[in-house]
Amino acid sequence: MSADVHLDRISIRFGNFTAVKNADLRIESGEFFSFLGPSGCGKTTILRAVAGFQNPTEGRVLIGGRDMAGVGPNKRPTALIFQNLALFPLMKVWENIAFGLEVRGIGKTARRKRADELLELIALTGQGDKLVSELSGGQKQRVAIARALAVKPEVLLLDEPLSALDLKLRQHMRTELRAIQRQVGVTFIYITHDQGEALTMSDRVAVMSQGVVQQIGAGSEIYREPATAFVASFVGENNALRGRIQNMADGFAQVETEFGPMRGRAAPGLSTGDEAILFIRPEAIEPGEAAENSFSSRIIASEFEGHATHLFLGREGGAKPIVITRPGGGDGSLPSEGQFALRFAPEQAAVLPVGEMAGE
Amino acid sequence: MNDAAPTGARRFRLPTFGGLGASVGIVFIILVAFWVMMMILLPTSYMVEYSFRFDLPPGKVGGPEDVHTLDNYRFLLFGPEGSPERLWLFGHEFKANTLHLNVFFKTIIAAILVTMIDLAICYPITFFMAQRATGGMARLMVLCLILPFWVNEILRAFAFRILLGTGGVLNTFLMDLGVIAEPFDFIRQDIALYVGLSYAYILLMIFPLYNALESLDRNQIEAARDLGAPVWRIHWRIVIPHAKAGIASGCTMVFMLAVGALAMPQILGGPSNLWFTQVIYDRFNTSLNWPVGAAYAFVLLVTCIIFVLVVMRLFRVNLGEIAK
Repeated sequence: MSADVHLDRISIRFGNFTAVKNADLRIESGEFFSFLGPSGCGKTTILRAVAGFQNPTEGRVLIGGRDMAGVGPNKRPTALIFQNLALFPLMKVWENIAFGLEVRGIGKTARRKRADELLELIALTGQGDKLVSELSGGQKQRVAIARALAVKPEVLLLDEPLSALDLKLRQHMRTELRAIQRQVGVTFIYITHDQGEALTMSDRVAVMSQGVVQQIGAGSEIYREPATAFVASFVGENNALRGRIQNMADGFAQVETEFGPMRGRAAPGLSTGDEAILFIRPEAIEPGEAAENSFSSRIIASEFEGHATHLFLGREGGAKPIVITRPGGGDGSLPSEGQFALRFAPEQAAVLPVGEMAGE
Repeated sequence: MNDAAPTGARRFRLPTFGGLGASVGIVFIILVAFWVMMMILLPTSYMVEYSFRFDLPPGKVGGPEDVHTLDNYRFLLFGPEGSPERLWLFGHEFKANTLHLNVFFKTIIAAILVTMIDLAICYPITFFMAQRATGGMARLMVLCLILPFWVNEILRAFAFRILLGTGGVLNTFLMDLGVIAEPFDFIRQDIALYVGLSYAYILLMIFPLYNALESLDRNQIEAARDLGAPVWRIHWRIVIPHAKAGIASGCTMVFMLAVGALAMPQILGGPSNLWFTQVIYDRFNTSLNWPVGAAYAFVLLVTCIIFVLVVMRLFRVNLGEIAK
């Protein structure tokens, strides 16, 4: 059983501080939905509102079409996995998993049986009698998931559950979480500041900043067609070229940048004369001349990263250098000194209204 | 182990006190040893030895009559020779020192009651302070709890007399309200004593409980709640197990001090009430029979130790955890 979650124009305020501003979205039943944003953007507050630990100041939370106002966290069909997991250290692993069943008055043998089934699901068969402290980080992670699944929630809420794990384990757990979600079919709402996690696991992602949902869409959509300057600068690496729009035609805008006029896909609502930012991905820039969207620069630094090399190109006035990504260890075709020409296709560039940028 | 012991064998090493050196370590060990020997072991063992002797006039001390005896303990159980007091137990009649035994068991039960009252009062307060109150609020509450203890114990005891006496503040107030027609004798009913003792040792319950509850991750409570647990089960399964060492520590301290209280029972006890410490005090000071007094005190000490062991067993904690 899984349920859809509808956030009906939710705002949450703490005194003068607005943590969530008018969030209005619908998460489908059985969907893996992520809230992605930097810390303090309000994503955890939204999760707590769904779980029932936080009442929205305005708006409603509906789970499976039912208004959750006045329904406490212990009465909601949700289960929350905490950032620090919050496993019960004084209970055995199986007692942890079966705690929700114990609460529901289910007998000990039935509890143990269900716990053993879940231990099998999370590949920890036979480890039920251990103490939580005897498990590794990844195993604890899986126990927390099993404990939440034991109560057969309709919606599973995950608050950055992988942030404490090291990189390798994190990547492994991503795959595993996704597999578990497919297997049990429960709606997953996942909170993270790690775009890698959000993009790899989710059906859809909501990017948040300063309490506002900036964009909702599939990972690829958010990456390729960012709706705001924040999304463009937060998700993935992006080069920003600021300037005034000189003219607009066929959904493309020409921006007068420091490298001269550049063309890119225009976001709706822009018109000639507006200040705008043209965003172009590092991997979309390649060496070579072209009739348009061409500029020249020189390499000031490079970073080798195994599968790719990032090259940093000098820019006027000490602005953040342009980054381009070349596959492999660099093919040696680019001059390490002196100017050379670069180009990018207008379809690859996005022209967006000036707005908040990530990391500023 | 960061020393380079060539053999690699575990050797006894002096604690270095953060690198201050062995000399400082030795000084501290000597101080602690002095404390334990001179302040605790020596006087206590002297009293224990005393409890096995006859109460002899100074001239006979060291003489042929100065031998060890169990008479003083027999006295607590059976009373003086030829005493007419009898105790009926399981249909049999026993010769017994009913007065002192009564006082003894009443004291133990009353002290347990006082401990329970303190636990019942302190658990919700400390839970609120540790888990719900914000920093400033919690500090203010702790301050409000500590400040009254700057007033000395005798003064506080007499203040309770004024509050709870038949002509006291509470009775006047209740009669003015029309709740009661005649003054209620809180002192004769021992209520004043329980109130006074509970109040006297409440901080010793608050602090270990607060320490224990403060270290509980709030997420654990929320996780239990999220999994559907009602409030009582969250406390039963999560909070109390986490705080059990603190609870045991608080209970043992309050019990020990309540059993050993002297001033409060003397001031707030009813006319018919005797606390076992008062009996001991009388042996030493009024009847001037030190060996009997020492025997009584030793019995009380052993009872207290048994109580602590039982509590530890009940809560499945060890001494190390209580000391935390």
